[in-house]
Amino acid sequence: MAILEISELTHFFGGLRAVYDLNMTLEGGELMGLIGPNGAGKTTVFNLVSGFYRPSEGDVKFCGKSIAGLRPHQVTALGIARTFQNIRLWNSLSVFDNLCVSQHHQLGYGFLKSVLRTRSFHSSERKVRKTAEEIIDLLGIRHYALELPKNLPYGLQRRVEIGRALCLRPKLLMLDEPAAGMNPGEVDQLIKLIRWIRDEFKLTIWLIEHHMRVVMNVCDRMKVIEFGEEIAEGTPSEIQQNRRVIQAYLGEEEPVHAHGM
Amino acid sequence: MRRNIPLLGYVILCALTIVLAKADILDLYVQMILMFIGISIILATSLNLVNGYMGEFSVGHAGFMAVGAYITSVLNVMLFTNSSIFGPPLLSPSSAIIFFPLTLLAGGIGAALAGLLVAIPSFRTRGDYLAIITLAVNYIVKSSIENMQVIGGARGFSGMSSVINSMKEVVDLPWTLIWILIATGATVWILQRFVSSIYGKGIIALRDDEIAAEIMSVNTQRMKVVAFMLSSGLAGIAGGLFAHVLGYINPGTFTIMKSTEVLVMVYLGGMGSLSGSVLSAIGLTIALEAFRPLQVYKWVIVPLLLILLMLFRPEGLMGQRELTDVFPRLRRWLGLKPKLSE
Amino acid sequence: MFLESFLQNLLNALQWGSFYALIALGYTMVYGVLLLINFAHGDIFMVGAYIGFFIATLLLGQYAGSSPSLSPVLVFAITVVVTMVLTSGVGVAIERIAYRPLRRKGASRLYVVITALMCGLILENGNLALLGASRRNFPEMLSKTAYNIGGINFTNVKIMVIMTTIAVFILLETIVRKTRLGMAMRAISYDRMAVPLMGIPVDTVIVFTFILGSSMAALAGVLFATAYPVLEPYMGALVGWKAFIAAVLGGIGEIRGAFVGGFLLGFIEIFVAALFPSTLRDLIAFSILLVFLSIKPTGIFGVSRATKI
Repeated sequence: MAILEISELTHFFGGLRAVYDLNMTLEGGELMGLIGPNGAGKTTVFNLVSGFYRPSEGDVKFCGKSIAGLRPHQVTALGIARTFQNIRLWNSLSVFDNLCVSQHHQLGYGFLKSVLRTRSFHSSERKVRKTAEEIIDLLGIRHYALELPKNLPYGLQRRVEIGRALCLRPKLLMLDEPAAGMNPGEVDQLIKLIRWIRDEFKLTIWLIEHHMRVVMNVCDRMKVIEFGEEIAEGTPSEIQQNRRVIQAYLGEEEPVHAHGM
Repeated sequence: MRRNIPLLGYVILCALTIVLAKADILDLYVQMILMFIGISIILATSLNLVNGYMGEFSVGHAGFMAVGAYITSVLNVMLFTNSSIFGPPLLSPSSAIIFFPLTLLAGGIGAALAGLLVAIPSFRTRGDYLAIITLAVNYIVKSSIENMQVIGGARGFSGMSSVINSMKEVVDLPWTLIWILIATGATVWILQRFVSSIYGKGIIALRDDEIAAEIMSVNTQRMKVVAFMLSSGLAGIAGGLFAHVLGYINPGTFTIMKSTEVLVMVYLGGMGSLSGSVLSAIGLTIALEAFRPLQVYKWVIVPLLLILLMLFRPEGLMGQRELTDVFPRLRRWLGLKPKLSE
Repeated sequence: MFLESFLQNLLNALQWGSFYALIALGYTMVYGVLLLINFAHGDIFMVGAYIGFFIATLLLGQYAGSSPSLSPVLVFAITVVVTMVLTSGVGVAIERIAYRPLRRKGASRLYVVITALMCGLILENGNLALLGASRRNFPEMLSKTAYNIGGINFTNVKIMVIMTTIAVFILLETIVRKTRLGMAMRAISYDRMAVPLMGIPVDTVIVFTFILGSSMAALAGVLFATAYPVLEPYMGALVGWKAFIAAVLGGIGEIRGAFVGGFLLGFIEIFVAALFPSTLRDLIAFSILLVFLSIKPTGIFGVSRATKI
């Protein structure tokens, strides 16, 4: 069953057309890639889906329900979590607190109960903490749980950010360039992690990535966009052969392997 | 029962203070300073919620204080005293002893509603622009009061001391001091519980990265409303108490100077540290009292102090740490739970 | 009758708005270059008025030993120029002593804003402490002549204030568009990271900005004192805030925004005072700011920049 349906999605920044007439469907459990040259509008698509921008035209349906125009925290509460291109962890909260706060919508209590500390307060805090600890253990970062994220190495910060998104118990996880800035060893670990997450949590993953090794090894299917418009869709091997894609990335008459495909 | 050690300690301390005050061992001057310390603690910790934990820059705290001060004072004078403005009391003066906390609360609620004036623009604006909004609100409050001739306008408003006196006639205790001690304890208690809950930590997330907070399921608009209303509401309560300590208020009492005093306390203590705010509120109130002979130079020294602080120790005395982080042993003595299950 | 009073108020509003516009310039230029709301700027205006006061009294020979034989117009001209120079010195000194060390340390913008606010308070209260609370009367250098054309009253001072402001606008627009330093100012506000890499001496540009801003505030100070000859230490606080509102109305960072905002606020205030009790003037001015900032924080000419994630 389709978990995410994007139809005729279009977005303008003033006069600039960032995304134009994008249609796509993500099936449940799928690992989908979104690639394209720099400035193609990939992150804008993510921002449109997560509610950070309101689409100029078109619709986004999540589990059959339109989510265009909802505020980001409402979209998240429905089950879409994401990470960011440049890591956006809360640097003055510990890793553990980062994982707890990201379950804010599941707290089920408000200001008054946070002060009065009723029974329901304690039980929901316990639940949130438990989830956070589970994720911490699953990702093997218990050792760093009380550290501040900014003190951790880059690869670990990415892992924490993915963990923070997983705490939301999402149905769809969107990863925005998870391999950016990683060294080859960290990339290998990341590839394993992404596959493992999909199997362990039974969720749909949609990722933007420039690192071809990640995309080719991880994705079942991918979509390529350029200047906000779709230019190709298919399996990794189909995309690898697609002339249009090669042109978009490398210009005319250039060998493919130069880009590390 | 170990968990209530801080509360128990505070209650004993307050009881002791009241007994000493009643027995005249603490003279009126010392009592006065104690009361100012309590009010400063409320103001500094409540401002810290917005300026420290949430990372906004509010410079109009005195405006909310004014709202609370005027609402509480006008209500009390109208209900319990024979005033030239409102005529005979609406309720018997002796009932003030029961209703005083309610009028105080009414002042707090009024100030919290005024806090919405800042909270709603804060959805779209941040940083310096929001600072200006807080300042504009401060001026708007001051100017509105000046234009309300019924409550004295620019001339000010008085009559609060007879409210306190009628409370003393029923039971002879230092009532203002008592209510300040209670309000101070309650403020720190509320704020501490709020910011240490996962719900409250959403405010810190909002400071660190608002976009990430919103996308990671924190309803940032609601958190802003809660933080601004709580902060301004507590300032309103502090204002109500302040008015009853002085017995006379005028709009000129609640200018940016007053706000600055509180700002210095917050930044001296450390943004995002409640214990820091408490310590610096105590220290600075005593220091300001000591500077009193310097008169207007006081208002050169205080800003200078803050400039030097920004230059040499911008994180303040405590930074974002609490006393329990500086002295980890304190956690065990106070009976607090460990941060992560073993 | 209606038209007369309208034109009369219009003229008053132009003069009143001129002061706001001249002060707003300083806010807007410093913001453009440093992204800093220089909260001390209103007090620079006050300092300007006081410096003008001392220079003028000195020149008019109210102190022993100076020459009393200068013509009033010359005295006024010298006062304006010297005041502008000295006040620029004060502005640059604040930048050097208070803001630059923080910038060098890479301190958060918040700390610089707090420092600016505190510098303003020090100027106000320092003045109060040194000179006392008594108000001072600004000496009358230009004999005020009142004219009446078609039922509208105006003085030579009023006309001079408006003319000067328009001249300043043309001058500044030229500086910013045509000179190297002016272009550097615009470049910095456009891209802060690239400018130092392009070999533009950032500190020079910043000092230049403070000189321009402070001297315009000084000019406003002397003109204001000429029109309303009573000085007191807190005169800069409220006028400064209003000028800031003007800058925000116009869109902070834009020179034409400062002028349009200044005149707009002048009109609003004068016409509010004409229709309502004058005590409501501040209330309305600040309410406008509040509403405006809530609806369109970027002002009339400002453009919002999209947040990137």
